[in-house]
Amino acid sequence: MARHVTTQRRAINTAAAWTVALILFFPILWTVLTSFKPEAQAVASPPIFLGFDWTLQNYVDVNEQREYFRYFVNSIIIALGSTALGLALAVPAAWSMAFVPGRKTKDLLMWMLSTKMMPAVGVLVPIYLLFKTLGLLDTRIGLVIVLTLMNLPIIVWMLYTYFKEIPGEILEAARMDGASLKAEILHVLTPMAVPGIASTVLLNIILAWNEAFWTINLTVTDAAPLTKFISGFSSPQGLFYAKLSAASTMAIAPILIMGWFSQKQLVRGLTFGAVK
Amino acid sequence: MATQSSRSAARAMLSPTVILLLIWMIVPLAMTIWFSLQRYNLLYPDRTGFNDFGNYTRFVLSPAFGGAVVNTLILVIGVLVITVVLGILIALLIDQPIWGQGIVRILVISPFFIMPPVAALIWKNMFMNPTNGLFAEAAKVIGLSPYDFLGQAPLTSIILIVAWQWLPFATLILLTALQSLSSEELEAAEMDGANALKRFWYIMLPHLARAITVVVLIQTIFLLGIFGEILVTTNGGPGTSSTTLPYLIYKEALLDFDVGTAAAGGVVAVILANIVAFFLMRAIGKNLDA
Repeated sequence: MARHVTTQRRAINTAAAWTVALILFFPILWTVLTSFKPEAQAVASPPIFLGFDWTLQNYVDVNEQREYFRYFVNSIIIALGSTALGLALAVPAAWSMAFVPGRKTKDLLMWMLSTKMMPAVGVLVPIYLLFKTLGLLDTRIGLVIVLTLMNLPIIVWMLYTYFKEIPGEILEAARMDGASLKAEILHVLTPMAVPGIASTVLLNIILAWNEAFWTINLTVTDAAPLTKFISGFSSPQGLFYAKLSAASTMAIAPILIMGWFSQKQLVRGLTFGAVK
Repeated sequence: MATQSSRSAARAMLSPTVILLLIWMIVPLAMTIWFSLQRYNLLYPDRTGFNDFGNYTRFVLSPAFGGAVVNTLILVIGVLVITVVLGILIALLIDQPIWGQGIVRILVISPFFIMPPVAALIWKNMFMNPTNGLFAEAAKVIGLSPYDFLGQAPLTSIILIVAWQWLPFATLILLTALQSLSSEELEAAEMDGANALKRFWYIMLPHLARAITVVVLIQTIFLLGIFGEILVTTNGGPGTSSTTLPYLIYKEALLDFDVGTAAAGGVVAVILANIVAFFLMRAIGKNLDA
């Protein structure tokens, strides 16, 4: 909505918007700042905003004492693994629903969505016991499977809404020219679908990275990702504010940056195409 | 104009996803229902057999249940009210012509990307801690005594933390909806002499209605399952003052090892969530037709 306003009005609006934005962002900024403070200055009273002795010691300590790196690797494997597996399942499914729709396609989409409505806690007991029986507790592969299934409906939906926007005539033209199904998918469809697939991948990595129910309840140490690592700070250890901040900053930085790039697509993904 | 062969290819491409989701949906749910009717406590492995609806009565009649349902409702409704009202106001503000709109957007959306345990711990330790949190420091400056947020008002504090995480989501969706409103309509109303309040009430709010519905329903689905935030801040306490339904079930299952009762609680949670889901599906389904 581009409307014409006076410069004065614009300045007031700008000041108000920036104030709100900075208040909402402040806890993140404060965490990042605290991560560079010596532990004693992190709890100083009154608090020190910028004039502290900047140090990288907390990052070194967290990496050395708490094997941060292992949790970080687990987070990456789980997020990327579940995204790759989900994509491998969802691309063909979304393709077939978008380009060869049947009478039941809409019902099928709604049904897939309905599996998302199951509260995780409602099936915690059976999943936990199944995992125990199958030896999947505290394994990366177990978490990859659960997170894939959890996010699969969102991936299918998102891809479906993107594929729907690709004009079907292009595919028919390719078919007329004698392109095989494989060639059609590889050389015609994929290039056009890359932006949609890319934003689906981003959103799914964000969701998997931040998932904090299954990752906490189905792991102990071996497969534990960063969500579990950070939860470990909930008791007395949490009093080491600077170290907590360093660990938190490392845990959120990659996803925060990805989130900034995918914020526009986020709306579509999280509302299942209901708001674009 | 699909040929027979492309139809069967399409079916082959679709079936792995459908079959896996079918298993994912049916097997755990069937097991939950089965366990919910059994005597099954990992601490007393010799007590087995059918318990009919004993687990349900035990779960529903336990003193914690009523409180947990009330706490869950307060949490969900509290967060919804805060995020929708503030979300509309912030979306209206950012939608104005301002300098640095892109950066403002990025700052506002950021809390949404913070993993729940991190968000909860930042607020718990660095802001709400009564001895050296920033709120306590601020209270000292203006001469008040520090307030023990999570000890004195645990549920309200958790609502604030969760609202901070979800406000960006509401704002972003409402902003997206606002930007699809045609400026001609607003300008026409302005020329007809409608003031800002009237333009908001008669043009913007009806336009936002569907986005608000979507925000409310999707947030409700996620908020009904809030878990990590409670685990790392209050552990459901003090007492049971911040125990919600998901946390109560978690406690039965993984802390008290009572699989049967936890499963019964799970079924109750599934039923509650499905009531909400019914409305969400209708709203989204309607949109599919449009």
